[in-house]
Amino acid sequence: MSQLALSDEILLTIDQPARYIGGELNMVKKNPADVDIRFAMCFPDVYEIGMSHLGIQILYDMFNQREDVYCERVYSPWEDLHQIMKEKQIPLFALESQDPIKSFDFLGITIQYEMCYTNILQILDLSQIPLHACDRDEHMPIVIGGGPCTYNPEPIADFFDLFYIGEGEISYDALFELYKECKQKGYSRKEFLHKAAGIPGIYVPSLYEVSYQEDGTIQAFTPKYEDVPQTVKKQICMNMTEASYPRKPLVPFVKATQDRVVLEVQRGCIRGCRFCQAGMIYRPVREKDVKVLEEIAHDMLQNTGHEEISLSSLSTSDYSGLKELVEYLIENFHSKGVNISLPSLRIDAFSLDVMSKVQDIKKSSLTFAPEAGSQRMRNVINKGLTKEVILNGAGQAFEGGWQKVKLYFMLGLPTETEEDMRAIAELANDIAIRYYEVPKEQRNGKCQITISTSFFVPKPFTPLQWAPMCTKEEYLGKARVVNEAVKNQLNHKSIRYNWHEADVTVLEGVFARGDRKVAKAIETAYENGALFDAWGEHFDYQLWLDAFEKNGIDIAFYNLRQRNLDEVFPWDFIDDGVSKEFLKREWKRSMEETVTPNCRQQCSGCGAKSFGGGVCYENQN
Amino acid sequence: MKIRIKFSKFGNMRFIGHLDTMRYFQKVMRRADIDIAYSTGFSPHQIMSFAAPLGVGLISEGEYLDIEVNSTDSTEESLRRLNLAMVEGYQVNDYRRLPDDAKTAMSIVSAASYTLTYRKGYEANLNFARFRQAIADFYENRETIPVIKKTKKSEKEIDLKKLIYDFSVSENTDGKIMFSMLICTGSTDNIKPELVMEHFYSFLGLELQQFTFQVTRHEVYTGSVETGFTALIDMGEIIP
Repeated sequence: MSQLALSDEILLTIDQPARYIGGELNMVKKNPADVDIRFAMCFPDVYEIGMSHLGIQILYDMFNQREDVYCERVYSPWEDLHQIMKEKQIPLFALESQDPIKSFDFLGITIQYEMCYTNILQILDLSQIPLHACDRDEHMPIVIGGGPCTYNPEPIADFFDLFYIGEGEISYDALFELYKECKQKGYSRKEFLHKAAGIPGIYVPSLYEVSYQEDGTIQAFTPKYEDVPQTVKKQICMNMTEASYPRKPLVPFVKATQDRVVLEVQRGCIRGCRFCQAGMIYRPVREKDVKVLEEIAHDMLQNTGHEEISLSSLSTSDYSGLKELVEYLIENFHSKGVNISLPSLRIDAFSLDVMSKVQDIKKSSLTFAPEAGSQRMRNVINKGLTKEVILNGAGQAFEGGWQKVKLYFMLGLPTETEEDMRAIAELANDIAIRYYEVPKEQRNGKCQITISTSFFVPKPFTPLQWAPMCTKEEYLGKARVVNEAVKNQLNHKSIRYNWHEADVTVLEGVFARGDRKVAKAIETAYENGALFDAWGEHFDYQLWLDAFEKNGIDIAFYNLRQRNLDEVFPWDFIDDGVSKEFLKREWKRSMEETVTPNCRQQCSGCGAKSFGGGVCYENQN
Repeated sequence: MKIRIKFSKFGNMRFIGHLDTMRYFQKVMRRADIDIAYSTGFSPHQIMSFAAPLGVGLISEGEYLDIEVNSTDSTEESLRRLNLAMVEGYQVNDYRRLPDDAKTAMSIVSAASYTLTYRKGYEANLNFARFRQAIADFYENRETIPVIKKTKKSEKEIDLKKLIYDFSVSENTDGKIMFSMLICTGSTDNIKPELVMEHFYSFLGLELQQFTFQVTRHEVYTGSVETGFTALIDMGEIIP
């Protein structure tokens, strides 16, 4: 058992000491002296969130299968411990060995959402690693970023030695081999980074130069050396069935957000919603073989003792082996008290049948994500869900005994009118009407419809990446329109309306499409106390406005402009396999309110076929 | 069928709280393939109850949980499987069948034994002989020990003498001092070892600092001073 990095006094003073002691079930124990590479894998948020992340579980398991690598974990210390560590100069440590992160070879940080950027600085700061990559000496760990936000890494590029663009399954072996070789030959940090830039998917920000035009947009983004590639190609795993998957995932003591077995059934999505970054960057859809999934599910449940298994993907209804897999799980595990959770499932006869078997109808709710209220707006974003489909699904569910419905929408989509906003309330009302059409004796009292709206943030590599955003005031005005419209509905007593914070949206907008200039503001905000910005109670908008002002960052430049089709974007150096031409076509079709068929209906020539597999080659022998 | 399980919690696992320990054992039951019974209804849960919650920071050799099972293997086989499902810092020490009419451990707990050793840097400037004399003066030779017990809502006077069944001090070969006590646990008069030490220190004219002692729980009992105390595990039978 490891000697803990924190004293009893500290652990007994702070909230949830179990976050910091390691020792969880299925934790990998190695002697650090026996390996060549020590890797600290970080999710820059609190333990309960970080431990719920599938990607880290996959890479943790995969890295530790290598005898020469010991991969450990680190998460953001909560504010109580943050204060103590700063005060007492205690260096941030990894959970497994409890050794300081600064003594590791690599610090890998997964970047899942923009609002964790200050947490990244906290990790570096508490680890006593210089915030800027250029200030790190030969003994400091190589700091790597990965995850969806690295599809525009520029706002945080200064803080990282390198980024890994794409799915971790592919290029890490090459990176580790190179590192070992460089260490053996006594190469410097700089030499290693230069060589690493040659590995597919690796982006070394310090090896590129950015020049700007007078209007603030990018003029050129150029490699500093001839042997540094002009574009960095996303790496993806084409054989998902044989891909490494943890059969013995870590099981925390503390109740994590995701306290269940997570079974990834496929990667990617055929739907092509125009706002959805995941739907573009994980192209093409790659399914896992159902027989292998059954075997993995069995092993994972046995090795964890979890009482729930969740089938995970961007759109699980589109997984071709779903019926067989669900039947297998119900037959083999439901009687053993194992719950089956099916997020992101379309509401239809099949899913209702499954849900009625595994859930308490009275307690569970139906979830629909129409994303937009009017059909016109849904055509703009290519969300193929129609009102008829929603009312049909809801009707079947109501007849089956359900009475709770959750509806998710976005406000602030391009071309949105007040009519589109009001349509959100009208759709909810129509669902309520459908409920009261069910004979009284079949109903469960009143129906409860909850509408939630978030504000749309255009993301890189989506067809809507050219779209302008709104100001905070405009966003709140839109929420007011919906709120008023809800009040005016006949069934308003059955409808509740929640909307997201608008100021967080504004920041997300700046970070999502920001450039290298934004980094200074992030640093200033952190220095002034911004931390855990994703946690509502910790978020301080004024602090950010001050940081932007101090560093000459104009929010309007990043958020309110309609970008020109020929503008050079900060993320253009990344090749995600989906061509910019396709995105432009989709942007135009969006403005024409034209729907594009999904990948199984018809190929739209997005470019992902070049990866040589997945849905692009289905039914072709 | 009712089963009583006795386990230890030690090392770094002393920082795992009671609720998390419960969740841990729910998963252990599935991994060890214990044929535990579930409640009926749409969200069935395992029929399981713990004897007396252990505070965060404490080590224990005598923790208890009762479960209901549909069928069971022998004590030996069940222990083997349970211990294969453990993480370092938890160990299952016994697994016994209870009579069908047995009450849950939680409802019959009446006492628990503890030892307390000094955390580094918190040692008192008193020797063993002085402590032994002090225990005689504070506890053994007094008829009553009236103290004020503060709860969240109120303050009330209680008689510690009636709630401490045994209190002693020992010294090991390294000269390290250790206190042992058997105190009232589980009922409305539940007291913690730190409370005893707080009043003992105050009797000595000392102030007890937080974190002074590493507390270890050794055994949990049912019974009373009059009828005698029985360790909870002794109420069950080994399954052949």
